[in-house]
Order: sequence, then structure tokens, then C-alpha cells
Amino acid sequence: MKNIRINIKNFFIRVFNIPFAFLMHAIDIIMWPIQKIVGVRNMPYIFLLPNLFFFGLFVIVPLGVNVAFSVTGGDELLFANREFSGAKHYNYLFDCENYLNANTCTEDFFWRGVHNTIFFVIFQVGLMIFFSLLTAVILNKKIIGRGFFRSVFFFPVLLSPVVVGLIWQWILLKNGILNAFIEANGGDKFSFLTDPGWAMTSSIFVSIWAHMGFYTLIVLAGLQAIPPNLYEAAEMDGTSRERTFFRITLPLLMPNLLVVFILASIKGVQTFDEIYVLTGGGPGTSTSLIVQYIFTTGFASSGSVQNFGLAAAASMVLGVVLLLLTLIQLYLSRSRENKHQEI
Amino acid sequence: MIKYFFKAVSVTAITISLTLVSAVSFAATDVRIMWYGDGDKENVPIQGQIDAFNAANSDINVILDIVPYDAIMNTLPIQLAAGEGPDIARVTDLGGLNKYYADITPHVANPQYYEDSFGPFLKWYRKSGDTSSIHGFHSTMTVTGPYVNKTLFEQAGVDLLGPGATWAEWADAANAVASKLDIPIPMAWDRSGHRVSGPAVSMGAQYFDANGDPKLVDDGLKAMTQMLYDWHQDGTMSKDLWGSVSGTKYHAPNDWWNAAEVVFMMSGSWQIGRFANEVGDDFDWWAVPAPCGPAACTGMPGGNALLAFTANDAVGRVMDYLSSKEQLGAFIGEVLAIPGHLDLPVDYQTDDANAKHALETFAGAVPTIDQVAFDLQAHVDNRIMFNAIISRLGQAIVGEMSLEEAWVKMDEDVEKQLKEKYGG
Repeated sequence: MKNIRINIKNFFIRVFNIPFAFLMHAIDIIMWPIQKIVGVRNMPYIFLLPNLFFFGLFVIVPLGVNVAFSVTGGDELLFANREFSGAKHYNYLFDCENYLNANTCTEDFFWRGVHNTIFFVIFQVGLMIFFSLLTAVILNKKIIGRGFFRSVFFFPVLLSPVVVGLIWQWILLKNGILNAFIEANGGDKFSFLTDPGWAMTSSIFVSIWAHMGFYTLIVLAGLQAIPPNLYEAAEMDGTSRERTFFRITLPLLMPNLLVVFILASIKGVQTFDEIYVLTGGGPGTSTSLIVQYIFTTGFASSGSVQNFGLAAAASMVLGVVLLLLTLIQLYLSRSRENKHQEI
Repeated sequence: MIKYFFKAVSVTAITISLTLVSAVSFAATDVRIMWYGDGDKENVPIQGQIDAFNAANSDINVILDIVPYDAIMNTLPIQLAAGEGPDIARVTDLGGLNKYYADITPHVANPQYYEDSFGPFLKWYRKSGDTSSIHGFHSTMTVTGPYVNKTLFEQAGVDLLGPGATWAEWADAANAVASKLDIPIPMAWDRSGHRVSGPAVSMGAQYFDANGDPKLVDDGLKAMTQMLYDWHQDGTMSKDLWGSVSGTKYHAPNDWWNAAEVVFMMSGSWQIGRFANEVGDDFDWWAVPAPCGPAACTGMPGGNALLAFTANDAVGRVMDYLSSKEQLGAFIGEVLAIPGHLDLPVDYQTDDANAKHALETFAGAVPTIDQVAFDLQAHVDNRIMFNAIISRLGQAIVGEMSLEEAWVKMDEDVEKQLKEKYGG
């Protein structure tokens, strides 16, 4: 009986294998001569070629086009109609008497974007790490409805940034839900989105609300990876909760917090859509970040010259910043791996 | 058997070929129109006209793509620069896109009709030196100007001001009404350089030097922008409106106006249909004559035009149809706009006394529009100046720079943009 079953199984496997065998033979017909030409050692490069082709087409070529735009001028889109302008756009961007005072810069909107982005990233990332850690520590405890709360904190991550911006706009507008609540309780309305200070605060808050769930998940994974026996040993030694947190939890969470820091920084520098929907970059330019500058300069000029060259140059500068952040992340994660290997 | 097989194959092949050839021969020519409208008020009538055209012309298939205004301002120029774009679009940056317009003179039934009916506006679309091309027609003419909440004036016991009243006098009146009735916003303006420009011309702004080249900041512009700046500081205008966006982004205070939270609103004739629909009987609203400055009492002319980016017979026929007195008159009557047609009797489809009064007021304002305002509207680079005004004034109002710094930056912006556009 058992033999019959095995034979039936083998039969079906063979039947199902027929099309794959045909396919493999067909591929073999193509690959065999190629292998003859390039040799076995170089075959991995042949297998990588399709991927490299698409990577080149959709990443390297656009990057090259961006560089080309940044060194050509005019409001035309086609290169045939654009004039070579060398480093003119880069000079524009960096022509400043005092980099700390945007008004002294030729392209002051760019520097306002840079200043706002730096301010935004510092506070958003700092607070993001703090709240992610706090939330993860709480969600790691055996509280009632833990699964529900984990889902609740993660839910905003699933929302489109435009939806996030619109929801919070309805809440924070002068005639919005929050002000209606404040007014109903005898308070005065706040200009959450139209006062420069409040607008940036609101933007940071909304951004943290939207993305915290993702980082909380990373920290939570780190917390769950800490061996429980360390806590048991600390408890047996009578170590206080604070000391346990600062001497066991935090040091062992450092690799995860580092990942959160780098990822949140990269994401923070790239922030655009939710803030653009929420405040439009205003009032004035107080919440206008660097990506918004690139967008408006190149694509949303409302009838002014669409300065693709300047936008491309600014995006190259942004690209360099993001590259640096990525390299730092790579360096730190590799040094961590090396340490693990040494241990 | 083989004989029958070959016969069957031959018959099938011939049938398929004939079907394909006839399909190609009789396929309707697509004409794509990119259209922005002020809600259903404009979109429904135009769609009705397009449907009627399609029904009567089986060889042409007009496709109406209704898009947001932002798409016309920001997406359309990129599409055109990339060699894509629609065959026809409804455009407000009339001179700014003129390098993409197609000359449809050979494709329209009667070019003279366009000259006779839309003559003064045709030059707004043409390139410098071109005096004869036909690119399209003005679908509606607009004039900028203010509205007042008449009910609030009556409740406050403040008299409406008549023709000749200055901007300062209107600001005082609006403040008087607001303070008596505890209205949060005495005065609100569309956030737009175009809206600022009429009053600036009234204050003496010239916009051009002796050679006709753009020269933005002068005493007239300074006077008007100073006034706007001061109104934002003293509460006549609310920072919450212009402050809610940045850069050159347009913002209209309609929500506050509709909620009767604004006493005086500076906008333009295109709002008439919208107010008639949205305000309804909630309060009486009146358009008032353009307030005066030392140089003039003018608004800005403007409007939108249906302009062609493809020149062929199908596009020409669509243009002929939509610009005809019958169709244009019906459209204008439905949307409650001022016609850009010089000889178009319009039967406005409204019983709203406020709308009728506003239409009379704005139509009556056309002859009083200052020549500087007409020249500015006709200039190919006017948007560059409008955008410089609004973005820098916006920054000054929220305290990012002084007004004096803003004036310097306005001129720098214009100079920089023109250099980028024309080289040098």
C-alpha cells in the first residue's frame, strides 16, 4: 500500500515537472553557448544582468538625467533646447553672505528649507525615539488589550501621508475640531497652523504620530530579544527598576535605537507630502522643507519659470546628505556585526 | 479538404482586413480637452455641450478631462514641455504658455469671426510680433473687484460706500461693521498677485519701465503692499488666511465668506455663480466698484481661454462649435460670467438679485479698467511679477523679513526668473 502511494506521488511529481523540465532545457539552450563564451566563473554576472539592466534604467539613468539637468539652464524640458550652464545652479544655491541668515542668500527659499529641515529633523527624530521607546516599553509589558494597543499604535503607519495631512488639518484648523473643543470649554482659539511657531510644532507632532508605530515595532522587537534571565538576575540582586532600565534594557536596545535613529533621520530629511498638505509650507515659509523647495522650484511654479536645473541641483545636494546618512548607517551596522563576530 | 481549408482561410483573412481598413477609415478623431471648472456650475454645462457635439459629429470624439486648477497651472506646462499635453486646454496663464499654442487659422470656418468677436484678447495669447494667429477664444472674461456682505452693513447701520471711495475708506467701513457685530475678519483677499495688482495700479504702480520691460517695485506697488502689510498687523485682515499656505500658492477665503465671517472680500467676477449657489439666501452680497487710489479706480482684467495645442480640422471644428454665439452664450448665461465675446447677448439663468447686481457692477467696471492693468494682463511674463509679489509679501506679513527686504527680494526674483527664462 505504502509503495503504491509513493509511486502515485512520484508520478504526479514527474507530471508536474514536465513543463519545468522543458523550460530548463530551453534556458539551457540559451545559457550553454553563453557559458562557453564567458566561462563558468563569469556566469553570476550574466544572471545579474537583468536586474542590473532595470536598476540602471530606473535608478542610474534618472540620476544621470538629474545631473544633466543641474548643469543646464532654461525652462525647457528637452535637453536639445537647454543650454549648458556649468555650476551656475550650484553657485546660486551656495551664494550666501551668512548661511545662518537665509535673507542674505541669493536662493533664500532653499536655505529656509535647509534650516527648517534641520530643525524639523532634530526635534522630530529626538522625540520620535523617545516616544517610540516609551510606547514600546509599555506595550512590552503584560497589559490588558496589549495586542489591540499594538495595532492602534501601528495603524497610522498604514495611512497615506495625504490622508494624515488632511485629517490633522481638520483637527488643527482655526475652525477645526480641536479649537471647537477648546472654545466650548471657555478657551481661546489657537492658530495651530497659521502661527509660525505653532505650525512647526504641529508639523512635528503630526509627523511623529504618523510614523511612530513603525519605529515602535523595531524597538519592541529589540525589547523582546533581550534574554529574560538578565531581568531575573537583576531582580534577584534587588536592582531597582530605573537601574535595570538604564543598565540592561537601554544598552541592549542600542543597536535597535541606532537603526531607528538613522532610518528616522533619512525619512525626516525626505519629509514632504504630509506637511505640504497640512500647512502648505506656511505660514510664510516656516514649515517649508527642502523637498518642498525642490517640488515648487521644478514643478509647481504657478506660472513662473519652471526651474528644472535649480531643482535638480538642490536634489543633488539632498542626495549627498542622504548618501552620507546611509553610509553612516552601513558603517554602524557593519561595525556591530564585526563586534558580534568577535564575541 | 485542403482546398476548402485554404478557401476558408482566404475568406477569413479578407474579412479581417476589410474590417480593419474600415475601422481605421471610419475611426473618430479624438480631441482631448483639459478643462478646469469652478465645480459643477461650470463642468456640467460644458460636458452637456461636448456630449451634444459628439452626438452630432460621429467623426470626432471630444474627450473632456476635468482637472483641478492646480493641474492647469503646474502639470500642463510640464506636459507641454515634454511634448505631450491635450489638444485644447482651458488656460489662465494666457501669455505664459504661448510658445506651445497652435495656429488654427486654416482650420476654423471663419477666422474673421474670431477677430471680430474676441479681437482685444487674441493678442494676449500671441507671441511678440505676431498679429494674426488664432489660437482659441476667451471662454469667460473676468474683472477683479470687491464684494461686501450687505446684510452685515445693514445690521451694523454702516452705509455702503459709493464709487470713488478709497481703499482706506473701505477698510475703515469694514472695520466699523466688524467691530459693531463682532465679525472676526473685516477684510479678506484672495491670496494672489493678480488680485493685488489692480489696487496697486490704482495706487500708481506702473509695472514696466520706459522700454516696456518689467520693473516691479515702484512707489505705487510699495503703497499698496504697505497697506496690505499694515492691515495684517492691525487685524483688518486675518493672518489665518494668507498664513495657511506659502510661496505662490493661491488661497481664496470663500469658506469664511460663506459663513458670514468676512465683511469685505476682494476677489473677482468669477465668484458670482459660486456665491449664488453657495451663499443663497443666507445673506445679501453685493459687488462694489473698485476702490480708488491716487492714480485710478481699477481692477485687473483677466479670464480664461480655450486654447489649442494641436492644429487640425477636428480641433478647428470643436473651437468653432464652442466659440459660436449659441454655445458660448448658453454657457455664459448658465455660469453667470462676463462674456469675453464683444457681441454676445446673454440671457442669465438666475433670479438672484445679488448675482444680477454683481454682473452689472463687474460688466460696468470693464470700461474703467486702467490701461496699465490691461498692459500687465497682456504681458507674457506677468505671472513672474504676480508670484514675486505674493510670495514675498506673504513672508513679510508673517515676519520672516521686513517689508523693505521683501521689496528688494521681489525685484531680485523677477530679475532672476527672467534671466533663467531668456538667458543672460
